[in-house]
Formats: sequence, structure tokens, C-alpha cells
Amino acid sequence: MDVLIYLIPIALLLSVIGLISFFWTLNNDQYDDLKGSANRILFDEDKSSK
Amino acid sequence: MEILENSNIDDQYREDKFSVFAAQDADDSYSLTLSIENIHCASCVQRVEKALKEHKEVLSARVNMTTERLTYSWKGTKSFGDFLANIVINLGYDLKPFGESIKGDSKDQEKLLLRCLAVAGFAMGNLMMISIGLWSEKVEFMGAATQDFLHWISAIIALPAIIYSGRPFFHSAIKVLNKRHTNMDVPISLAIILASTMSLFETINHGEYIYFDSAVMLLFFLLIGRYLDNRAKGKAKESAKALLAKLQGTATVLKDNKRHIVPIRDIREGMTILVASGESIPVDGKVSKGTSEVDMSLITGETIPKLVNKGDSIFAGTINIASAFQLIASKASEESLLGDIITLMEKSERSKSRYVRIADKAASLYTPIVHIMGLLTFLGWLSFGISWQLALLNAVTVLIITCPCALGLAVPVAQVLAGSKLFKSGILLKSGDALEKLAAIDTVILDKTGTLTLGKPELIEKDYKESQLQIAASLAVNSKHPLSQAISMAYSGELLDIKDAKEFPGLGVQGLIDGREAKLGRRQWCGNEKGQESDEIELWLSINNEKICFKFIDILRKDAKNTVNYFQNFGYKVILLSGDSKKIVSDIANKVGISDYYAETSPIDKCEYIETLKDKGAKILMVGDGLNDAPSLSSASISMSPSSAIDITQNTADIVFQGEKLKPIIKAFVIANKTKIIIKENFMIAIFYNIIAIPLAMFGYVTPLIAAIAMSSSSLVVVFNSFRLNSNRGG
Repeated sequence: MDVLIYLIPIALLLSVIGLISFFWTLNNDQYDDLKGSANRILFDEDKSSK
Repeated sequence: MEILENSNIDDQYREDKFSVFAAQDADDSYSLTLSIENIHCASCVQRVEKALKEHKEVLSARVNMTTERLTYSWKGTKSFGDFLANIVINLGYDLKPFGESIKGDSKDQEKLLLRCLAVAGFAMGNLMMISIGLWSEKVEFMGAATQDFLHWISAIIALPAIIYSGRPFFHSAIKVLNKRHTNMDVPISLAIILASTMSLFETINHGEYIYFDSAVMLLFFLLIGRYLDNRAKGKAKESAKALLAKLQGTATVLKDNKRHIVPIRDIREGMTILVASGESIPVDGKVSKGTSEVDMSLITGETIPKLVNKGDSIFAGTINIASAFQLIASKASEESLLGDIITLMEKSERSKSRYVRIADKAASLYTPIVHIMGLLTFLGWLSFGISWQLALLNAVTVLIITCPCALGLAVPVAQVLAGSKLFKSGILLKSGDALEKLAAIDTVILDKTGTLTLGKPELIEKDYKESQLQIAASLAVNSKHPLSQAISMAYSGELLDIKDAKEFPGLGVQGLIDGREAKLGRRQWCGNEKGQESDEIELWLSINNEKICFKFIDILRKDAKNTVNYFQNFGYKVILLSGDSKKIVSDIANKVGISDYYAETSPIDKCEYIETLKDKGAKILMVGDGLNDAPSLSSASISMSPSSAIDITQNTADIVFQGEKLKPIIKAFVIANKTKIIIKENFMIAIFYNIIAIPLAMFGYVTPLIAAIAMSSSSLVVVFNSFRLNSNRGG
């Protein structure tokens, strides 16, 4: 059962990373324009503008 | 007829000064948000953004396709923003000033709910993982130390998550308790708080069972429901804002013979305003110079434009479709009719939230009973001389086993299923409680144009020859007037060659056919001096001193009569409210068999009429499509609008239906009633479960395992019962 001592923290860490990334996307307004983002993927961006 | 001297005046008028609305960000940079129209695809977005970014001064440019807004910022002078806006306009996209960017509370609320949902989901996933271990292995195999370790890990995950994600429920519960009411959030909050404190107590005392997983799972599912509900409500709020945006543009004011661009909200009584063709009228006022035709659909709902001459009153929000004219403002913009409509909408939207949902009604009965039971249990055990800890434990078990899971699910599951069933047949529910309210109606109020009728004039076959129709159609192609378009639609043959075709705004179209002058337009303009303009929709053709009358009718939707009869057979009152003239309204009312009708009603009359009916206790279903119906739609108990209606109206309505027919109204009504029955059954199941479970828990017979099985099975039964909605009987 000793394995739990580090497996559980690892599992928690992984899901915390997921949670933090979700918060980041939310604060970054990535859900404000779902329609636009779906279309933007079709752009061939100019090399000059990043 | 008086035409304003300057022929290219229109172009100059249209030069909106967008930069008035720009906000200063830093020392020399400004940003501006405008609403942008006709954005359909990726290439539109790219074209607009690229065109703006080509200029060095532009710091950022971004089109939001969902909200149809363009935001850009630039360095340099403020007026450079107008230059940039004109670039976009020249690309063919219409821009409208948006005023100060209005921050939406619903957007913030939505984000808060999403965050809570994410945290609850995170905690739930991890707790489930640990719970599998806890429930599948006995303590003897696992060892007490491991069990304690897993309990503590669960507590560390669950408690912060519950405190964080439970906020929407706790806040709402505290708010209603302060007002000495209860709603569903009170038992939910209590169950969650009790379950987690008891679990913490058990964890500290090396107890055997914890309930963190159930508490977090309950939170997670309830948050999903709350989030979906909030999103639907946010859409409704958008509509009032969209209307408000109409008051936030600029207008051209004439002062000392000079033109000034002024934000609409700064317009005061007595100012002279120039209105270009195609512009919407910024403020209520009287025409002081010029003649034109005005699209009054905002105020009356009618599609046929109205002719305005010097001295005529016109209202804010209507659109000038013919030629430029001058207007003297009779009111400040906020006091205009459009302003009144918005205030009305906001007012009725607020009063709507006072509606008590079935679930909350149930909660207000349920909460006190359950809490008294818990108290009795505690006192009962205490009076038998049992230690207070055990007495408290039993009391808490009562409260947990009566956990409002099944009750909390009873309504939303049925509503979500009914909603998806309706969605498949082209009926979109905007709010979860729409069905609840629809099942309770006793009065149906219908709008005429666009609701009972299709809202498009159609030519009636009468008194004209094919050759005359040909001439009329050849002239009509030169005009965008709805009646001209109806003539073009009615004629499918070859068109004649017309020379010098010219449209006279508000009068008609004139042209030369084989050297003969032909006119198509108003009765008097075509030389028929006799008789007043009649109530009927008509157009005259004058050629070779011959006068031919074309008559039009706004045709009824095919099943209008059936729909009206359906509701009348139920014993419901069916009423027709229209902004149109008496004769036309009474004709239509007679045709569909409505005896209660009111003609020439303004948007405010309609709304007031509904309010008086409501005061008398009527539950009203309002069906309408025009902007003039928007306030009545929001003040009625429940509202529907066809998908042909304009955006603002669709956003205001609780239910939107597709298609050329009115049958969806009946269908939604049938399903609403079915859903009501299912919800009642669900409540019966939940109550039945509680009647069995509460006594067992009170006398201490419920072990945690039994509690878990009983709780989840009652929830499952409720869910399965709701699925019966999908059976095809009667649907």
C-alpha cells in the first residue's frame, strides 16, 4: 500500500494541472468567440505577422 | 414635392463619427468596439483584420464572430479611428457604434459558474478514484491506517472544493433566508454542508464511512443545470442591449446651418436633425422639411412603409427608406418611444424573475418538514437517554437521506428531455421553466402581421389583365418597396423595356414604355383624385389615361384558424392585438374566428393591456414577431415567436419555432402539459421515497450502504420516469 503515498499525489498533481490550464483558458477569454476560433484555424497566417 | 437640394447629401450624412465613442487607453492610444454586420465566414474575419493591421498605427484588431463585434485599438489621434472604420465600411461591412462597452453581469456569472463547475469536476474525479478503493475493500484488508489516510485525502480535496464550488448555492440560500423565504438552494446547501461536516467528523474520529463523494457529485450535477440555465437567460438580456444600441449611435444635427455629428443620447428637444435615406430615426420628432417613406415596423409591426410629410410625427427606431428629410426633435432621446419600450422591457423582465418555479414551491414545503423531522429525531433519541453524539448522528442521517437529489432532479431532467424533443421538431426553448409556464396558460394573445399572417403582401387576382400586370412588373423592378416586390413576385413572364425609370419616394415609380408615360404608385399620384386612400393595401397603375388598381392582401398562415380553434376548444381566451387599422384587423379576426380583437394598438398599449389582464390573474401566452411586440412578449407569462422574427424579438421570446405553420405552438403546448404530468410523477416518487426512508432513518435503521443505494435508486427512478417523455404517444 506504500505505493499510494506517491501515486495519489501524482494523480492529484496531474488533475491540478488540468484544472489550472482550464482556468487559464477561461481567463484568456478563449470561450468568448467559439465561432470565430473555429474559422480562424483555416487562415494561412502571413509569416510576417505572428 | 420638395426634395432637399443637395443630391449627394446622403453620402455626406452617412459619414458617422465613430471616434466619438473611442476610449483612451494610454497616452496616445485609443480603442473602440463597434458592432459589425455581414460577418459570415473565416475570410470575412481575415479581410477585416488584415485591412486594419496593414496600417502601422493599428495596435490590435479583432473580430468576434459570435457577438459580431469588432474591437480595434490604434496609436495617434482620436479621429484616426474614423479613417479605420471607413476602411472596413468600404470593404462592405456595416459598422454601428456600440456606445460604451456594456459589461454583462450574465457573462461574469457564467464564468463564475464555469470555474465552480471545473473545480467540482476536478474534485469529483479524484474522489471517485479514492472512493472505489474505499468501498471495494473492507477495513480488515486495507488496514485502519490506510483507510484514515484515504479519508484525510478525500477531506483535503473535498472541503476546499465544496467551499469554492458551493458558493452559487450558498449565496442564493443566504439571500432568500434573509428575506424569510426558502428556495431549492436552502435544502441543497444544507445537505451539502451537513454531509461534509459529518464526514469531517467521521474522518477525525476514525469513523468508517464518509460522504464527501456524494456531496461533491451532487454539487457537480446541480452546477451543470445552473450553468445551462444561466446561459439561456444571458441571451434574453442581450436583446434589451441590442435595442439600447439603437440609441447609442450618432445623429447629424443642423445648427446655424452647419452639420454636427452628435451622439444620439445628447440630442435635446428642439434640435434639427438630418435623416439620410436608409438611416434609422434617432429620436421622436416632427418632420420639418422633406417627404419620405418610413418603415414603421418597429412601432406598428406593419411591413408597408408609411408616407410622411412636413408636420407628421415619427418615432425613434423607425427607418427612413426613401429620401433624406429634416426633423425637429420633440423629446430627448431617452424619453423617446424607443426609450420607453426598452424601459418597459427591462421592467417586465425583472418582474418575470419573480415567478416561483415548481421546484422552489416544492422546496418551500419540503424544507421545513424535513428540518422538523431532523429536530424530532435528535430530541427523540436524546429523551431516551442516548448520548447526544449518537442522537446527532441519527438526526444528520435523516437530513442526508432526504437529500434533495431526487427532488432536485425531478424538474430539470424532465425539462431537458422535453427541450431536446422539441428541438428536434424545430422548436427552441430558451429557458428551462418555459414549459412549466406554458402548461399553466389560460389566455392566448396573438399578433397579426407575421404571426397569424405571413407578413408579406401578396397580389390578389382581380380586375387586371395580364398585359397590365406585365407593365406594372416592369416598372416595379425599379423599386425596393415591398408592394413593388410583391408585384414582381406575382409576374414571372418577360419584362418590358422601360426608359427613364425613376422612383419618387413615397409616391411611386414612373417610366416610359414605347414612348408612353406609365406610373405605378399611390392612388392620387396616378391621377385618381376621387376618393380617399382606402384602408386596403393597393397600388395604382396609370397608362394611357387608364387607371388600374392592384390589390394586395397579407395572407394568413395555413393553419392559423386551426390553431385558434384548438385553443378555443380548450376553453382558453384567444385575443388578437395589432397595430394595424381596424378594418384589416377585423377582417382577419373574423376569418380565423377571434371575437376579441384590438386594432391600432401601440407597443405600449399592447404591453399595458397584457399587464391589466395579468393583474386580473390571467396566465398569458403571447405570440408575436415584430419589434413592436417585444415589450409584450417579455411582459406575458410565456412568449413565443416564429424564427422569421427579427433577432431582438427572438431573443425576448421564451420559445422560438421554425416553419411556415403555427402548428409548433400546439406541439409545444402538448409537450408542456406532458412534461408537467411527468414532473408531478417525479415529485410523487421523491415523496414516496422519503415517506419510507425518513422513518427508517429516524429510528436508526439506515446504514450508510442502504442510504447510498436508496438515494441513488430514487434518483435513477426519477430519471427513467422522465425518459417516458420520449415515447411517441401523443408527442
